Amino acid sequence: MLSVTAETPTASRLRLAVHDWAGHDAGQHVDVRLTAPDGYTAQRSYSIASPPQAPHLDLVVERLEDGEVSGYLTEELRGGDLLELRGPIGGYFVWPATAAGPVQLIAGGSGVVPFLSMLGHHRATRSETQVRLLYSARSEADLIGTGELAGAGISTTVTLTRAAPPGWEGLRRRVDVTMLAEHTLAPERSPLVFVCGPTSFVETVAAGLLSLGHDQSRIKTERFGATGGP
Amino acid sequence: MGANDIDPNTGTTPRFVSRGFTGRARRARSARLPPGQYDVGTGFPVLSAGPTPNTHLSRWDFTVQGQVDQVRHYSWAEFRSLPREDVEVDIHCVTSWSKFDTRWEGVSVDTLLGDVESEAEYALAFSDGGYTTNLPLADLTGGRAWVVDTYDGAPLRPEHGGPARLLVPHLYFWKSAKWVRGLVLGEVEELGFWERFGYHRYGDPWRQQRYAGD
Ligand SMILES: Cc1cc2nc3c(=O)[nH]c(=O)nc-3n(C[C@H](O)[C@H](O)[C@H](O)COP(=O)(O)OP(=O)(O)OC[C@H]3O[C@@H](n4cnc5c(N)ncnc54)[C@H](O)[C@@H]3O)c2cc1C
Repeated sequence: MLSVTAETPTASRLRLAVHDWAGHDAGQHVDVRLTAPDGYTAQRSYSIASPPQAPHLDLVVERLEDGEVSGYLTEELRGGDLLELRGPIGGYFVWPATAAGPVQLIAGGSGVVPFLSMLGHHRATRSETQVRLLYSARSEADLIGTGELAGAGISTTVTLTRAAPPGWEGLRRRVDVTMLAEHTLAPERSPLVFVCGPTSFVETVAAGLLSLGHDQSRIKTERFGATGGP
Repeated sequence: MGANDIDPNTGTTPRFVSRGFTGRARRARSARLPPGQYDVGTGFPVLSAGPTPNTHLSRWDFTVQGQVDQVRHYSWAEFRSLPREDVEVDIHCVTSWSKFDTRWEGVSVDTLLGDVESEAEYALAFSDGGYTTNLPLADLTGGRAWVVDTYDGAPLRPEHGGPARLLVPHLYFWKSAKWVRGLVLGEVEELGFWERFGYHRYGDPWRQQRYAGD
């Protein structure tokens, strides 16, 4: 572990040096395994935030109330510690290097993490693919990766669901069908759409996209399902 | 500590204690919990790779095809009129949650295969939305697998695979294909959706067969 830094009031960025790293595709994740002195282990998945070109591996972990692994990673872990991880995993929710058409990314909360890797990859390769990101966060302070959301050919729309700073002129409600219709690429352009966030967010967005006429086979989802939910 | 750093003696990555990690207060581990799993209690997480499909029951059918003497089709009404079974089982998801005593109702795959004559050794389950998963045919027969449409006494909700999903409780839950529409029987094993993306072709939770090579 190179460093653990605060990314937002509730999320930390873990920067790791991984030797023998075989490289990854933007959008893939790793499995992190923690081991207690009595041999008890807990394992969770975390998306890779850094692009394949970066010399290190970044994860951004959101601390959940009573979360067993996220609590440890954000509050106990520090530079110099060892972390057992496995990966990269997942070949499905990845940057479509071969995709010809435009790409729409839709993130809720920490669901933006795999998109940070994709946007970084887009910049590093000077890709000409048009990318739009619609990103829903609770407040401005909760935005993850603020310095990494822009780039040539990338347009980002942020919506704040709980609190907005004085003078905020952007969107400030939860993502709904109207917002999808107004702030994402139209189905007529056949974009490849990636949706990532909590399960309920993904369900709402995916259903909204289908009702707007997007082709189901062009929508890829990743659910950061908290394990405690219904 | 990289992915290639495998201990030649155990075939696993080396174990060490994570400094300062004690883990959540835990009760005695149930013998029903496979290694690496934890009991999710009353929760029932939803995981899938795309949007939840929405197939009207008038257009739903279940097909047994591939290497068979004759293709079998069941409409929703025909499926519903087949002999039904109550099933109470533990389920184990590859993302490491397990859920005990889940209650389902549906039709045994033995019943759906009925008089099908086939030399096939493998099955590929296919679903609305394009999902597939592969299983040895022997794992679907002998009272070990069902197509279920009821969970906990109520119609199976779409996000959990309704109107009907496969239920193969002795394998990781990604094998229990949601929104299932049929089986293709064959002599050679054709990999399914997650299996092509590096997940294990068989998926035994007791042997932690998560990824190819486990
Ligand atoms: C492919 C993938 C990628 C992911 N990427 C990221 C990422 O980039 N960043 C990120 O932050 N997350 C990511 N996640 C989510 C992550 O894997 C964990 O689910 C998340 O960090 C919560 O884990 P935890 O151990 O902290 O919480 P858990 O201990 O699993 O608990 C989750 C919630 O349930 C409640 N809960 C559950 N059991 C109990 C119990 N026994 N007692 C009390 N409360 C309980 C807790 O209050 C908590 O809020 C990803 C998930 C997937 C599947």
